[in-house]
Amino acid sequence: MVRTEEILLNVGPQHPSTHGVFRLVLTLDGEVITDAKPVIGYLHRGTEKIAENLQYTQIIPYTDRMDYVSAMTNNYVLVHAVETMMGTEIPERAEYLRVLAMELNRVASHLLWWGTFILDFGATSPLLYAFREREMILNLLNELSGARLTFNYMRVGGVKWDAPEGWIEKVQEFVPYMRKQLKGYHDLVSGNEIFLNRTKGIGTYTKEDALNYSLSGVNLRSTGVKWDLRKDESYSIYDRFDFDVVTRDAGDAFARYECRLEEILESLKIIEQACEQFPQDGPIMAKVPKIIKAPKGEAFVRIEGSRGEIGCYIASDGKKEPYRLKFRRPSFYNLQILPKLLKGENISNLISILGAIDIVLGEVDG
Amino acid sequence: MSGEKDLEQLKKEAVAKAKAAAAAKRKAKELAESGAKEEEAAPAEATGDDLAKQKAEAVAKAKAAAAAKRKAKELAESGAKEEEVAPAEATGDDLAKQKAAAVAKAKAAAAAKRKAKELAESGAKEEEVAPAEASGDDLAKQKAAAVAKAKAAAAAKRKAKELAESGASEEAPSAEDDLAKKKAAAVAKAKAAAAAKRKAMGQASEGEEASAGGDDDLAKKKAAAVAKAKAAAAAKRKAMGQEAGGEETSGGDDDLAKKKAAAIAKAKAAAAAKKKAAEGGAASGDDAKAKAIAAAKAKAAAAARAKGGKASAADEPEEPKAPSPNQKYLDKYVEIIKKHLGDDVLEDSYINLLSKDVPTLVAKRDSYYKVAEFLKFNESLSFDYLSEIHGSDFETHMEVYAHFYSYKNRQSVALKVKLDRDQPEIESLAKLWAGAEWPECEAYDLVGIRFTGHPDLRRIMLGEDWIGHPLRKDYEPYDVEV
Repeated sequence: MVRTEEILLNVGPQHPSTHGVFRLVLTLDGEVITDAKPVIGYLHRGTEKIAENLQYTQIIPYTDRMDYVSAMTNNYVLVHAVETMMGTEIPERAEYLRVLAMELNRVASHLLWWGTFILDFGATSPLLYAFREREMILNLLNELSGARLTFNYMRVGGVKWDAPEGWIEKVQEFVPYMRKQLKGYHDLVSGNEIFLNRTKGIGTYTKEDALNYSLSGVNLRSTGVKWDLRKDESYSIYDRFDFDVVTRDAGDAFARYECRLEEILESLKIIEQACEQFPQDGPIMAKVPKIIKAPKGEAFVRIEGSRGEIGCYIASDGKKEPYRLKFRRPSFYNLQILPKLLKGENISNLISILGAIDIVLGEVDG
Repeated sequence: MSGEKDLEQLKKEAVAKAKAAAAAKRKAKELAESGAKEEEAAPAEATGDDLAKQKAEAVAKAKAAAAAKRKAKELAESGAKEEEVAPAEATGDDLAKQKAAAVAKAKAAAAAKRKAKELAESGAKEEEVAPAEASGDDLAKQKAAAVAKAKAAAAAKRKAKELAESGASEEAPSAEDDLAKKKAAAVAKAKAAAAAKRKAMGQASEGEEASAGGDDDLAKKKAAAVAKAKAAAAAKRKAMGQEAGGEETSGGDDDLAKKKAAAIAKAKAAAAAKKKAAEGGAASGDDAKAKAIAAAKAKAAAAARAKGGKASAADEPEEPKAPSPNQKYLDKYVEIIKKHLGDDVLEDSYINLLSKDVPTLVAKRDSYYKVAEFLKFNESLSFDYLSEIHGSDFETHMEVYAHFYSYKNRQSVALKVKLDRDQPEIESLAKLWAGAEWPECEAYDLVGIRFTGHPDLRRIMLGEDWIGHPLRKDYEPYDVEV
């Protein structure tokens, strides 16, 4: 008689393929996952609680540390929420700088994802290519904001720093270069048989599942839902740019891979147009009071971040600190579907499924 | 939201118009070089805000150059077509209108810039017409005048006479009231821009020859007059429309709309300017750009003001809630819910003006789950997506705030429910939307709201041994060592 028993396997919290401090308790029947229980909260810093004692401008650096791979979009959602409540008009030049910063950051974020996703499968070199290009973007953002990761760049009413001399030209040079590199990425990875075997038809879910689980961003678009807040609930100046919303119908890991790479192209389109339309001069800050006070009431705004829909809810009692601040963090919502996807899967697919969701633990844990 | 796609279209059209305007500008220059008799009408206005004009011209050139680089041709062609379409759509919904108006203004500004130069050079006979209006609200008028001039110039090139005749008749009404004037000015700009674009196109094909002659001046004068008249008429129409439903946005929305409009206008003006710059206008250089920018901004501002004025005017008599573009959705939701669930399920319903006008429903505690379920499964509501759910402690009560979206209807709704602070307990929505599971855990963990019927309510962030709920306002950190 062969004796069989279920094995409890603890993955993480310190494990390279979990992309942060994320723990997964798996129940295994042989190689098949019968149950998965995600354990999160290792990186919970109580941002929302801290924020209740901070002025709005002081909260901005904390948003950098939520999705630290795409901090510009986090910066933006906070200032956008406050500006929406205050009815502030943002100067042209500041709007363009914001869009440029956010889209560059989106490209950098997708590059990091691409490199690490492939790395999880054991291919080392793509990571180096991705980081080479990402480095160029970080340098650009560094010139803009003085930081490479936690930018603290945006302010209620505009941005903190103007673009240095020649910066726009550098961005313009980067765009064609990145397009060329992207072709190389496809040559290197996208047709690789091992890669295809590990992503095609893996981690598939339907459009209904995606909506039911409140997925957003690429995780939603990979099931064929054409939905991008930049287009469908346009904010900032995104309505001025000509770009497409990338979708795939398959709903598997490979569809999400394709979506992200193609989104890089779309972001480059926006960057290119923004550089062309970039105003010669003008203020980068609106006239806002020295102490920002959101009017009494509440607001919920949402924008398209690199990982999906970032929302910001502010309840204000008219003081200089928010009465209640809440971030809708896309990674947190997107990760919920993981146990459902893992049930019945072979354990070797775990890495592909988790990787394709693209989580950042700083954001999951708030 | 349902209007989003239309908005996009409008924007695209606006861009097309801007490009058309750029084309018009090119021709306008040629025209300008030709005689300048009839320009006076426009010039008068031009003198009013010469600076603005100059700036506008410069800006326009700069922007035009950039735009021109890309697809000036395509735009010009598409622009002509879309201009006509755009107005129709604009009337459709106010936001769209505002944006469209702003765009039109921007374009007009670009056109105006070209013409403004010419005008400045030429005399100032016909100014009188414009000035009268100007006295109403100077800024708006100045801007309007500039725009009108620009437009007029464009129009003049082709059919100055006809326009002049028609314009005269229409102008009269605009003078009536300041609001109307402001609106009229804005409208005039828009119309002028449109006209300019059309003309520009026409001119582009054949107009260059015509532009050279003395006819041009006459045409310009006439065009200016016409433009004004049209603007006035349009302004009136818009004013009415806005009063009726345009102010919907009354509060923050209005501002938002204004901002957007302004931004769009600027963008368009810039685009137009670029085209022009590229095509014609190296001459004016930085100066020109600066001017153009200023002009665009001024116009946008004027537009915003005009709108604001309208909105406030409309609002005061009617009460603030009348104007939001989402009011009709809110009414619809409330009506359907009352029809199916009875009169006593909702505590309150309103448009949250601070939050992009999202229709907000406040459910009674006992009917919260019923309302949420109904929102999801009712055929005509189908809010199939839970965007956000969280709890807050407001000291007098607890509150759960949920934001839903319907991909079918492209519409958002916020659902709130107030809970007893000492017994914060409410049904879980996780059965309806699996996506509510973790956020409800988070609300339980941080605020202490218990969700009944939740499949696995646990302390998701802090761990089961944590004492207290940190986001409650009465939270005291527990420290074993103290």
